[in-house]
Amino acid sequence: MSEFLQFTFIGLQRGAVYASLAIALVIIFRTTGLLNFAQGEMAMFSTYFVSVAYDAGLPLPAAVVVGVAGGFLLGAAAQVLLVRPVSNRSMGNPLPIVIVTIGLFLGLNGLAPRMPWGETTRPFPVPFGTGSIELLGATLSHRTIGTLLVLASEVAVLWLLFQKTRLGLALRGVASNAESSSLVGIPVNRMLTVGWGLAAAFGTVAGVLSVEGGVDNTLMISPLVFAFAAATLGGFDSELGAVVGGLIVGVFSELVAHYVDLVGQDLKLLPAFVLILLVLLLRPQGLFGRAQVTRV
Amino acid sequence: MAGDSRSTGVYGALGSVWATLSTRAAIGPAWLRKAVGWALLAGFLYWIPTYYPESVVTALTKTVCLAIAALGLNLLTGYTGQISVGHGAFFGIGAYTLTILVTDHGWGYPAAMVVAAALSFVVGVIVGLPALRIKGLYLALVTLGLASLFPLAVKRFSDLTGGSQGKRLRPPLRPPEGSGLANDQFIYYVTIAVAVVCFVLVRNLVRSRVGRSLIAIRDNETAAATMGVNITRTKLAVFGVSAMLAGIGGALSVLDSRFVNAGSYQIDRSIEILVAVVIGGVASIAGPILGAVAVVFVPDRLPENLAVWKPVMFAALLIGLVFLAPGGIMGMFKRIGGEARVALARRAAADDGDTSA
Amino acid sequence: MPGGGELMADELLRVDGLDAGYGPVQVLRGLGFTVDEGEIVVILGANGAGKTTTLRAVSGMLPASGSVRFKGQEVLGRRPDQLCSLGMAHVPQGRGTITDLTVDENLRLGAYTRKDHAEISADVASWYDTFPRLGERRDQAAGSMSGGEQQMLAIARALMSRPTLLLLDEPSLGLAPLVTKELFARIADINRERGTAVLVVEQNANLALSVAARGYVLETGQILTSGTAEELQNDDAVRQAYLGR
Repeated sequence: MSEFLQFTFIGLQRGAVYASLAIALVIIFRTTGLLNFAQGEMAMFSTYFVSVAYDAGLPLPAAVVVGVAGGFLLGAAAQVLLVRPVSNRSMGNPLPIVIVTIGLFLGLNGLAPRMPWGETTRPFPVPFGTGSIELLGATLSHRTIGTLLVLASEVAVLWLLFQKTRLGLALRGVASNAESSSLVGIPVNRMLTVGWGLAAAFGTVAGVLSVEGGVDNTLMISPLVFAFAAATLGGFDSELGAVVGGLIVGVFSELVAHYVDLVGQDLKLLPAFVLILLVLLLRPQGLFGRAQVTRV
Repeated sequence: MAGDSRSTGVYGALGSVWATLSTRAAIGPAWLRKAVGWALLAGFLYWIPTYYPESVVTALTKTVCLAIAALGLNLLTGYTGQISVGHGAFFGIGAYTLTILVTDHGWGYPAAMVVAAALSFVVGVIVGLPALRIKGLYLALVTLGLASLFPLAVKRFSDLTGGSQGKRLRPPLRPPEGSGLANDQFIYYVTIAVAVVCFVLVRNLVRSRVGRSLIAIRDNETAAATMGVNITRTKLAVFGVSAMLAGIGGALSVLDSRFVNAGSYQIDRSIEILVAVVIGGVASIAGPILGAVAVVFVPDRLPENLAVWKPVMFAALLIGLVFLAPGGIMGMFKRIGGEARVALARRAAADDGDTSA
Repeated sequence: MPGGGELMADELLRVDGLDAGYGPVQVLRGLGFTVDEGEIVVILGANGAGKTTTLRAVSGMLPASGSVRFKGQEVLGRRPDQLCSLGMAHVPQGRGTITDLTVDENLRLGAYTRKDHAEISADVASWYDTFPRLGERRDQAAGSMSGGEQQMLAIARALMSRPTLLLLDEPSLGLAPLVTKELFARIADINRERGTAVLVVEQNANLALSVAARGYVLETGQILTSGTAEELQNDDAVRQAYLGR
């Protein structure tokens, strides 16, 4: 039993990371109806910002703030320079935009090692340290607790933003009906830019949370697939779904990896992949989604 | 892809040149010109390995394998509007299936090739299954998972696959006795022969009733449904065929490299295939060949210190093409051809004007 | 009060030589008309005459050429959200309900261009008085309401920005006759009480002319005839074509 609990704890921590990246995917899907394949690589890039700021002597929380701001700018710039012009020309056909996000994925991944911060893995502190507590016969690390708390506060911030602010209302309005939103005075393009910026800002947090020892350009490749599984499971238009989906995917894949020999630690991605297939086949809108996923 | 502007500038000028050339060079009936063209192409393909050194022949074989995989992706994207970022995995499935069957089970090459193609087909259909429920670009999502999963699975089942160490293909495919061909030449001819079969099959497929119904599905599912096209079955079949072509390309690629390892079938392989399709032009048969040539030959000619920039250049190419030439190289050709027809029509009209004046 | 210039004090909207269309299809050909402050003007016309295109071109939803002057300044080429900030609100055809938001959120979104929180809440409350059905459903997703309710919501949402000019596109479309009648009575009330000018395009000419001061008849993208509501009601050709008697 304590073994089961142990792996559940580990799964929760991983799941929280997937959830925080899935939140970024959901923000973009809700504001623009798009899948952003570059979400993980944008997060990887802005995690480098955090790392550089940290090495320059800033305390970790301040460095994260720097990275979040950098991530926001990166996301906003990607929307203004690449996504907006292409979507203006492609008239509702999502294919060109998806190709652009794949290009961005490839470009950011290839660019990261060429940047001044160097080709080698950058050392990075383990968030929340290496301590742990005992709970019901299993070890619950400070990192797991911290990661879950960060996730909870992300959800709270998003809820406040979307439900309680004028900006959040406008973002939701644009997501639901861009034309009507522009007719009540909302600058739609600016909102889409803010949406991409926000997503990338949240992605930064996911990047920092997923660091295992160091930062390099492979940081977010695997979390991206898990995050897509999380968002698919939860429903692409629901932040709550992304969180629940992320935690389920994290725990499920960890337990399967431990208890099913065929899968093992190497193939943790397999259960997540099977989840994607099954959800799309049986309940395409996910657990919490409302709309049919038609533009994915 | 939409978004072409109506400005003609460069294309207009090139079209006019083309029109002049085509009127000057038109000798004999059209069918004869076509036949001569094909014969010249066949002769050229036959002649290459007799003239060029092994390194070029090998690179060409590699190009043709990639072109077959790109043909598969092109069929999928061009004729169903879906996109796959996982064709590298099908490529790998083909490569590993052939290697394992030949090396570990002593199968003959033709039979191993057929099973490699069949297995890719089956996995393609499984991955396409959500088409039963939803439309849209979800396939990109599923295939991203597949592309990431494949190298991990290779490592996990290293008893079977050789894992990161890799696996040699034994015995290698040898030219028949007395043919006088070197290994690389023989493999080149085999690859070309399979490629020709694949391209002819796809060409016939898209020109058949099935092909027209595919375009109907892509452009309007509801209309296609009322026309009586069985959408999901057709779509699933296309997913399968598309994956199968990638599998065939992968299986052929091992004939020459004689080696498979997990590192060769990472997601960059998938992206290479995607880049070839976008460069060549979506929804064209010849596009994949041009795209594959660009993807294999251009980076190989890069100086060492620029080679690390290859992914960034591919990325710039992908994004740049979406902006500048959404139809790829074939799209540019088609536009120039269209301008040429306009120029010809204009000249014909001007000639009429002269005679009547 | 809006409208600074003495000479043009009454003229709120002036459209001249307006050309617009979709791709190669030209729909509007040199269209011209005016709306005065506080006035209800109706544009009549058959299906395909260009009524919706006219409104879309005026409010910046569709690229157009010619001239659109609003409050004395040229506004052609501005985006819809910029025009909304200037005081022009457009209720699009099909109501443009923001379906995923609640009724309350739809109304608050309508006040996006305003920052006076207390007054916004007061306005929302007053719309619940005007349209009690909306008040009953304030926390319900707007997309789940009936067509008539959504039309009420669309008009209320547009008026939340306190516009000087309201553009209404076929408000009667898909509504039962009784609901339509009620709706036009409300539009007349709003015009009287708030002094909001209204430019409405409508197929139901009888009803529209009963509340309008003036009207234009649109045919294949051009103004065929114009006059006061009374003149149009008595015009034989108009009566035959649009009033069905």
